[in-house]
Amino acid sequence: MLLQQIINGIVAGSAYALFALGFTLTFGVLKIVNLTYGFYFSAGAYLALFATLHGAPITLALPFAAIAAGFIAVFLDSALLSRLRRQQAPELASLMVTLGATLFLYTGMTALIGSEIQRFPLGLIESAPFRFNGASISLTQIAIVMTAGLLAAGLIGVLRATRTGLAMRAMAENPQAGELMGIDTGAIMRRVSFLCGAIAGASGVLIGLEHNAITPYMGETMALKGFAVIILGGLGDVGGALIAGLLIGLLEALTAGYISSIYKDAVGFLLLVLTLWARPFGLFGRASVRRA
Amino acid sequence: MPAALDDFLWTYQSLIASLGVNGLLALSMYVVLAIGQLSLGQAAFMGVGAYASALLSLHTGLPFPLELAAAMLIPAAFALAIGAPTLRLSGVYLALATIGLGELLRIFLIQSDFTGGALGLSGIPAKAGFTLIYGCLAAATLALMLITRSRIGRAMEAIREDETAAAVSGVDLPRYKMTALVVSAMLAGLAGALNAHASSFIGPNDYGFDAAVTILSYALLGGVGSPFGSLAGALVLTLLPEILRPLQDFRLVVNGAIIVVAVLYMPHGLIPWRPLRIGARP
Repeated sequence: MLLQQIINGIVAGSAYALFALGFTLTFGVLKIVNLTYGFYFSAGAYLALFATLHGAPITLALPFAAIAAGFIAVFLDSALLSRLRRQQAPELASLMVTLGATLFLYTGMTALIGSEIQRFPLGLIESAPFRFNGASISLTQIAIVMTAGLLAAGLIGVLRATRTGLAMRAMAENPQAGELMGIDTGAIMRRVSFLCGAIAGASGVLIGLEHNAITPYMGETMALKGFAVIILGGLGDVGGALIAGLLIGLLEALTAGYISSIYKDAVGFLLLVLTLWARPFGLFGRASVRRA
Repeated sequence: MPAALDDFLWTYQSLIASLGVNGLLALSMYVVLAIGQLSLGQAAFMGVGAYASALLSLHTGLPFPLELAAAMLIPAAFALAIGAPTLRLSGVYLALATIGLGELLRIFLIQSDFTGGALGLSGIPAKAGFTLIYGCLAAATLALMLITRSRIGRAMEAIREDETAAAVSGVDLPRYKMTALVVSAMLAGLAGALNAHASSFIGPNDYGFDAAVTILSYALLGGVGSPFGSLAGALVLTLLPEILRPLQDFRLVVNGAIIVVAVLYMPHGLIPWRPLRIGARP
C-alpha cells in the first residue's frame, strides 16, 4: 500500500516536474511568466491525438506533437511578446498579454473542437502494468519518470556545458550586456521558446496517454500545479523544479492515501503559500533584492 | 413609474443587475492595477463574498447590511493572508499566488456539503435591488474618484510608474499595496454578495480562471487612468454580447483578444484621460 502510494507519488511528481521544466526555463531565461505555456501542453496532446487517429504509431506522434508545439510556441512568443520586449515594458504587461492569449486560445479551441473528453486509440501502447510486491506501474508511467529525469539532466547539461547554454545564462543575467557581447539574443529567445514549447507538448502527450483523457483545459489544470512547482523550486531553477515537482507529487499521493483525496489538489497551493511566507525565492533560491 | 420604463426594467433586470455588479468588479480590479500590481484573485474574492452572504441569508436572520459587511470582511482576511508574503516580492508573485486561490476555492466548494457542493446554493432571497446595487456602485466610484484626486492617488500613481522612485520619495510601498489589495477584495466581495442576492443562485464554477480574466479585461479595456475607465470597460464588455447576439458563444474569446490588443496597442485603454488633482490648476 505504502509502496504503491510512493510509486503514484513519484509518477505524478515526475509529470509535474516534466511540465514545469520548460515553464521555469522560460522564466529563467526570458524573465516572463508565459501563461500560454499550459496551452502548448493541451496542443501537444491534441496534435498527437490527431496523428494517432490517422494511424501514426506513438513513437512518431510524440516527436511530431513536440516539434509542432515548439513551433507554435515560437510563433506565439514573437506575436505576443517581441513588441513588449522592444518597449522594455514592465513584467506584468507580458503576464497580462499571455493571460489574455490563454483565455483566447483555450476558449477558441473549445469552440472549435468541443470540450468532450477524447481518448487515444486502443492498443497504442502496452497497457498491462508491471507488478511487483503487490504494487504496479505501467509503461507510460515509467516513460514519464524516465523522461522527466533525463530531460532535467539534459537541460542542466546544456545550460552548464554548451555555448548556447552559456548564452542563455548570460541572457538570464543581463540581456543588454549579453547582446553587447555578441550574443544573438533573438535567436536564443527563439531556441528557448521552441525548447519550452516542445517540452510542454511532449509532456502533454505523455500525461494525456497516462490519464487517457484529453480535454482543451487539461493544460490549465496542469499550469496551476506548475505555478506551485516553479515557485517552490525557485523561479528559473531547473533542478529545483524537478525536486519540487517530485515533492508535491509525493505529498499529494500520501495525502490522498492517508488523509483524504479531497485535499489532494489543495496540497500544491498550500505549499506555494507556505513557500512564499518562509522561503520566497524557492527551496534552494537566494534572494536577489533590487534596492534603490 | 411609467409603464414602459417598468416593462424595460422587468425585461432586462438580470442584465441591469449584472451591469452594476460588473462595474463594482471592474473598480475592484482598478484599485489593484492603479498601483501597478496584478491580482487574479478578484473572482475568488467575489466567490467568497457571495457564498458568505448567501449562507448567512439562508441560515441566519442577520440584517442584510451586516451580511454585506461580512461579505466584505471575509475576503479582506483572505487578501491579508495572500498579500502579506507576496507584496514584499515582485509583482509576479502576487499574480501567481492569487491565480491558485480561485482553484482552491472551487475544490473546497465542490467538496463541501455545507456550501451545496457541485449544485451550488439556490433560493437565495432577492434582497439586492437596483437601488442598492447602483447605490453601492455610485458610492464606490465617488470614493475612488476622491482618492484618485488626492495625495493618496498621487502616491498610487507614483508607485505604478516607478516603484523605486516612489519609495525613495517616501511612499510607504507595503502599506499602499496592502491597503489596495484589501480594498479591492472588499469591493469584489461586495459585488459577489450583491450578485448572489440579485440572481438567487450561485454555483462553485462561477469564480474560476475565466471569471478572473474577464474581470481583468474590463479594467484593461477601459484603462486604469481613472475609475471611469474601468467602469466603461465593464459597460462595453457586458453589453457587447447582448447587442451582438452571435458573439455570445465567443464572448470569452473576445475578452481574451481584448486583453491582448489592449496591452499591446492601447496601453491607456478607451478612457485615457486622468482626473485633475484636487488643487491643480486646469
